[in-house]
Amino acid sequence: MKNINVYGSGCKNCIATAEVLEKTATAIGVAIKVEKVTDLQAIMEAGVLTTPAISIDGKLVHSGSVPDQKMATAFLS
Amino acid sequence: MLVWFTYLANYITYDLLGLVKETPLANGLHFFIEDTSKILVLLLVLIYFIAIIRAALNPEKVRYYLQGKHRFIGYLLGSFFGSVTPFCSCSSIPLFMGFVSARIPLGVTIAFLLTSPLINEVVVVMLGSLLGLKFTIIYIAIGISLGIFAGFLIDVIKAERWLVPFLAKQYQSEQQVNPVQYTAHKMSLLARHQFAKEETLNIFKRVWKWVIIGVAIGALIHGVIPAQWFSDHLGAKQWWSVPLATVLAIPMYINATAIVPVLESLLLKGVPLGTTLAFCMSAVAVSLPEFMMLKQVMSKRLLFIIAAYLLVALSLLGWLFNAINL
Repeated sequence: MKNINVYGSGCKNCIATAEVLEKTATAIGVAIKVEKVTDLQAIMEAGVLTTPAISIDGKLVHSGSVPDQKMATAFLS
Repeated sequence: MLVWFTYLANYITYDLLGLVKETPLANGLHFFIEDTSKILVLLLVLIYFIAIIRAALNPEKVRYYLQGKHRFIGYLLGSFFGSVTPFCSCSSIPLFMGFVSARIPLGVTIAFLLTSPLINEVVVVMLGSLLGLKFTIIYIAIGISLGIFAGFLIDVIKAERWLVPFLAKQYQSEQQVNPVQYTAHKMSLLARHQFAKEETLNIFKRVWKWVIIGVAIGALIHGVIPAQWFSDHLGAKQWWSVPLATVLAIPMYINATAIVPVLESLLLKGVPLGTTLAFCMSAVAVSLPEFMMLKQVMSKRLLFIIAAYLLVALSLLGWLFNAINL
């Protein structure tokens, strides 16, 4: 089970990012739990500069854009 | 080469549609066809090349460069990077917090944030193609200077007092912060091409409708409103027209892309350069949605100071340019 945080102010791109991750996870059969983090202080403490950003088990793996399916597969496997 | 777009507009307006020259409809339509075709083609080509050059630049890298720099160099670099670094306006807030938590002086961060909506590759391409090199350089110089002075002012008045509490605490805490690290990875030409291709398509998808909206407004002004009206109401003789223009521009939620064709048609109508610049830059820099967003990280008082600074600075610039009559 991977714990995934999606950081962002709740804009369209952050929702899209969470959707891509969930879809990819189902497709490749990885169990994940996605949480959307919108609290400003939490975003700052995670060291995020550009949103949407993704962390997996506490480690920042991506920021600044909605990942495509290929990128998401690379993060999750 | 740019004259091809005039030929295209001539052909469609006068030959294909058979409109009579110098009627409002013909003037407006000609303006619309020439500008939209010219801007859209140039944007596609030039954004690609700009993106190739700056493919490896990102906010993380900029933050790394800016930390620990002398303040005054910081203001200059902050303004400069604000104009060349690509980032989406929805990232303004995390960027702001990220810079503050790295203890980059608040003024430098503000300089960065203020110039970024004013100057970007789309605006520069449009200004260059519609208004020429001299005007583009003036515009960029003003944009960068606005950022530098804002940064200086922000630090002089110790504006960090007016950040929201958790940020103010972060900024002023005695605790030593570790400098942020950044490891640049080299980009191959193929990776740059890939980035540039995506960037061009993304930007194009985002701005084409703004181009059309802007040109349509410009065409409307060009075709319908007589030049006499402008010289009577917005001429250089009415000193109050400059501050009025900056204030009137505030509620216009228009981005820099759409403002350039409007700027062009105002200048063509003989509105003085200073008044035009003040109006257009105020419309772009003082935007209500942007300020609403910034309210999450700074107090109303600080926002008010920044807005007032922009209005005063743009009015002074407007008067200056009207007086020297470039």
